[in-house]
This record gives sequence, C-alpha cells and structure tokens, in this order.
Amino acid sequence: MSIIPAPIVRFYHRTASPPHFYSLANKLLPWLVGIFILLAGAGLYGGLYLAPTDYQQGDSYRIIYIHVPAAWMSLFIYVIMAVMGAISLIWRMKIADVVLISSAPIGASFTFIALVTGSLWGKPMWGTWWVWDARLTSELILLFLYLGVISLYGAIEDKRTASRAVAILALVGVVNIPIIHYSVQWWNTLHQGPTVAKMDKPSIHIDMLIPLLLMATAFKFYYAIAMLQVAKVEILKREQNMQWVKKLVETKA
Amino acid sequence: MSLVSAFFAIIRRDLILAFRRRAEIANPIFFFIIVVTLFPLGVGANPKLLQAMAPGIIWVSALLAVMLSLDSLFRSDFDDGSLEQMLLSSHPLTVLVFAKIIAHWMVTGLPLLVVAPLLAIFLGLPEQALGTLLLTLVLATPVLSLIGSIGVSLTVGLRRGGMIISLLVLPLYIPVLIFASNAVEMAGNGLAVDAQINILIAIFFMSAVLAPLPAAAALKMSVN
Amino acid sequence: MDSSFSDSRSFEATNLSCIRDDRILFEGLNFKLNNHQVLLLEGKNGCGKTSLLRIICGFREQDEGEMFWCDTALKESEYYSEMAYVGHLDGVKQELTVLENLKMSLALSRPGDYSIEQVLDKVHLAGYDDSLVQSLSAGQKRRLSLARLLITKNSLWILDEPFTSIDKQGIKLIESLMHEHVSNGGMIILTSHHDLVLHEADVQKIDLSACH
Repeated sequence: MSIIPAPIVRFYHRTASPPHFYSLANKLLPWLVGIFILLAGAGLYGGLYLAPTDYQQGDSYRIIYIHVPAAWMSLFIYVIMAVMGAISLIWRMKIADVVLISSAPIGASFTFIALVTGSLWGKPMWGTWWVWDARLTSELILLFLYLGVISLYGAIEDKRTASRAVAILALVGVVNIPIIHYSVQWWNTLHQGPTVAKMDKPSIHIDMLIPLLLMATAFKFYYAIAMLQVAKVEILKREQNMQWVKKLVETKA
Repeated sequence: MSLVSAFFAIIRRDLILAFRRRAEIANPIFFFIIVVTLFPLGVGANPKLLQAMAPGIIWVSALLAVMLSLDSLFRSDFDDGSLEQMLLSSHPLTVLVFAKIIAHWMVTGLPLLVVAPLLAIFLGLPEQALGTLLLTLVLATPVLSLIGSIGVSLTVGLRRGGMIISLLVLPLYIPVLIFASNAVEMAGNGLAVDAQINILIAIFFMSAVLAPLPAAAALKMSVN
Repeated sequence: MDSSFSDSRSFEATNLSCIRDDRILFEGLNFKLNNHQVLLLEGKNGCGKTSLLRIICGFREQDEGEMFWCDTALKESEYYSEMAYVGHLDGVKQELTVLENLKMSLALSRPGDYSIEQVLDKVHLAGYDDSLVQSLSAGQKRRLSLARLLITKNSLWILDEPFTSIDKQGIKLIESLMHEHVSNGGMIILTSHHDLVLHEADVQKIDLSACH
C-alpha cells in the first residue's frame, strides 16, 4: 500500500463508503447531465446536419452516430464490470458490487441498441434485416453474456452471495470476450457468402468523424448518469436499515 | 494424506459413484444420439446436406450433451454435504475441483469419443475426417467440462439453475464449437487443419490452468 | 494409546457479528477456547447458532470481527488441518460403502490415531465395512459421520446438533467420545438442544439470543 500516496488511499476509502458515494453521486449528477446535453446536442447537430451525405449510402449511414458509440459502450461497460468484479473480489468493496450490477442492464441496453441499429443499417445495405456478420454476431454473443450476468444476479436470493457470483462471472466473461471475438472473426472469414458485401471500415471524412467522437463521449456521460442513478437506488435498497438512510428518508418526508 | 493421494481418491470415488449410478454415464450418450438423430428428421435426409452439416450437428449435440451433464458435477456433493467437507480440507480446493472435472470428463466426455465417429458415419462424414473428429473431441470435450465447471459452481446453490447454466455456459463454448467443427469440416474437404488444432490445444491448456480457479471461488460462494 | 494434543491450541474470536437479511443475528461476540474446553452455543431457533458455526468453519463470511487459531489469523494458520466439522448434512455418499466413505475422509485430511476398524468399533458400526450407506438407519448414518472425527487428526471439533436423529444409547456414545476428546486436550464447539452431560469438562456457554 505504501506505493500509493496517503491522500489517494483516503479518497478511495471515503468514496468506497456508501453514504459518501451516495452524496458524491448527487453532487456529480447535475454536472454530468449538463455536459451530456451539450455533447449530445453538438454531436447530433454535427452528425445530422453538418456532416456531408455519403456518396454510396446516402443519408442512411447517419445511424452510425448511434450504432458505433453504442457498440463501443457495450464493450466498454463489460470491461468496467470486470474491473469492478476484480475490485470487489480482492478488496471486498461494497461500492464495486453496486457499480457492477448497476452497469449490467445499461450495458445490455447499449448492446441491444447496437444490434437493432446494426440491423436497421443493414437493411438498405444488404437488403435483409440480419446478416451473420462478424461484428453483429459478436455483439449478439456479448448480449448473451450480459443477460447471463443479469439473470444470475436475479436468481440468487442473498444479494451478497449474488454480488460475489456476478463478480466471478464478469471476470470469466472478460477473459473470454477476446477469444470469442477472435473465433467469430475466424468463422466469419471462412463462411463468408459471396453475395454479402462486407461492412468494411470506410476511410471516414473528418466532418463525419468529429460528431462521431462527440457522440461517443456523450454516450460515456450518459452511461455515468444512468449508472449513478441505478446505483443510488441499489445503495438505498441495500442499506435500508442503516442509520444514514433512515435519516435521509426522514428529512425527505 | 498427501495432495496427490487426495487428488486420485476423488477421481476414484467419482468414477465408482458414476458406475454405481449408471444413468449418469448413459444419459448424456443417449441424449447425444437422439439429438443427432433429430437433425435428419428435421432438415431432410438429403445426403449432401447432411454431409455438409455433419461437423456442426455433431459438435452442437456434443456441446448440449456435456452441458446437460454438468449438473451432476457438484449437485450430489452439494446436497449431501461432501462439498462442505472438500472445502474444509487442508488441500487447495482448486486441485480437488480439478480432480472432479477430470472424473466428470471421463464419465461424460470419454463415451462421446466412442459414439461420435459412429454417428459421423451415419451422417455421411467423409472417412478422412474421422481422425480429425476424434482429435477435436479429445482436445475439446475436456474444455467443455472445464468451462462448464465454472457455470455449475456458480449455480449449484440454486434450486433451479438449469436454465441459467445454459445462458452462462453456452456463450463461452462458442470458440470451441467454431474451431472444432471447422477443423472437421476442413478435414472432410481434404484441407490442412493445423491452425485449428493448434488453437484448440492452446484453449485446452488455457482452460485447464485457469478454469479451476473461478470454479473453486464460485463453489466457496455457493456453500454459504 | 496416547492421542493427546501435547501442544497448546486455541481458537479465538473477537467482535464477531453476523447480519442476515438485514437482521442482526449477533454482534460484538467474543470468546476464546483453549485445550480441554468446550463451547456450547445456546439460543432459540433462528438466533444464529448455525450461522455462527458456518462462520467459524469459514463457509460464511462474518460481517465484522476476526478469528484466530493459535493467535494467528485463521487463513494464515494451520486451522483447516486441525479442525473437523459435522453439520446438518452428513457429508457421506449414499452409494458408497462405509469403508469407502471413511477412506475418502481420510484422503482429505490427516490420519488420526485410530485405524478404521478401531473407529468403526468405537461408533458401534463394526462389521458394516462393506454395507452401502443407503442401507443404514438414520442413527447409523449419524454415527458414521461422527466416525470421521475419530479417523482424522483434529484438535477442534465443530458439531451442529450432533444429537439429532439418534437414540439414547447413541447420545451416551457421543458424550463419551466428546469426553474422551476433551480430556485428551481437544476442543469442541457445538450447538445442541439436548442437555449436555460432560462431567469434569470445562464448558463455556454462549446464549446467542442475548447477543443482539
């Protein structure tokens, strides 16, 4: 522990306690919402009005401003969950459990959005709603991994045990994701039908790229907002018999 | 007693138990055979179609057969308290769990090795692919038991873990399915399969080293 | 036969607490157990006796507090090679014979001072070596799970309701085994509804109903 400076350790322990995390979340939320609205507004304006029309795909490409950031988030959140899982298993930090399980439905939603928008995008491009494209297939498997975490947590009654279980599962999942991803790509290149055009990475125009990056950042803020709100509820649920929660309820009532 | 003797005692005990229960060995095989039989009935008996689908059919059925047999890995130990005693042993739990996984493979994976080539012939898989089929089964069925042990350890404490375990385990089986069935298919076309086999070997060693760790941690969590 | 535990052993718990389903079962629990001592946990059903035993075994994690074996933290000590637990579940396999079951227990632990035949004799199961456990009566199964305590070398016995499903003679038998263990320098932590008759033994009692 001596490697880490004392103030950081202190900060770490303070944020780790549920009441502090709760009030910190309350303080952060308005800022996060403000930044999110700015970023998303700028990103959408740039993406939907300023960015030029694609010479091949016309305006239908504009769905990437949702699809691509959602796909990035789906992976990003799973990694966050695994990191939280490791923290929870090693240091027994309650907040890590809360963040992990609060992130799962959000990550699953992003994955679902990435799948739906991918399929919507595919319709004009491929002429069919679903193609067993490597990226879409990986995304679908990722959705299964999320659903596994959510249903395992729901199935175990004792929430402390359940937290431990999903922490282990998230870690196992994160080790497997690269392997699954690689194997699906391998499978895809071998089984590629001749009629299916590959969704190759276009060399993206700078006017298209900037809104995309803005949207990606906005999505991260959105995740933070949604996660903190779910986490607040989860904390109150878990700590309902603690003094600070009772006090909170009294002052609100 | 030493860790080595504990390791072999567990394998021996589980084999004796499986032999006395019989159904534990027989059920996964019957399941495997029935599922493979269902495919021609479902997609039609066109020999060309079946031949093309044979590697996939056999591997998907093997996956499901192993998955359904996973419950027997820790269920009875959990119910009768043997698992508690294993946890209290001064030996490292990961090693004991590894012994249990080996016994499980000998009871469920090994019989598949015997039946699968026979069914492959029924489906019209070219004979030149049979060797590769066996090789992939030897390498990959232990992986199914190893990865599956994590799923059962997480759900053994649940009264109805059956459906959840498929959701937990099957996505993790996908790489095995892809490389193993692809190797068989390529071998059927007379192509080289070194890459697939090497990857399967890598997956085998990786899961043998890594899988018992989360499985043991999850068992500790389940015995609560 | 000298089966005494010559080194001094101790089990200590400080400030233990357990919360279950948002209910505090017990908190601030302290006790220390030395050689020749027995700890009897009392209290109404659902007051946390079994939970405490499971915490002591390490199955369940305590919400607060620490435990020590010979003044060393449990996880770093030799604790697990020195203790044995008989709980609600027998921990024996129905489809195995008495002998096979005992050999398995032996493989997971250190051999004690008695041979398997001696132990079977002690728990009145002599001659049942090759019977399948499923053919035994409930009382016999109970005695078999207690036989595990004797064939392995343990200084600390942890027993959860050892007197259930056992007849009067069986109770006497268990009491005599416990007595022998304690007078050899062993320790016992147990829960029991049955009034314990252990003469000359140093019995501590904790009433968990009073630990809120």
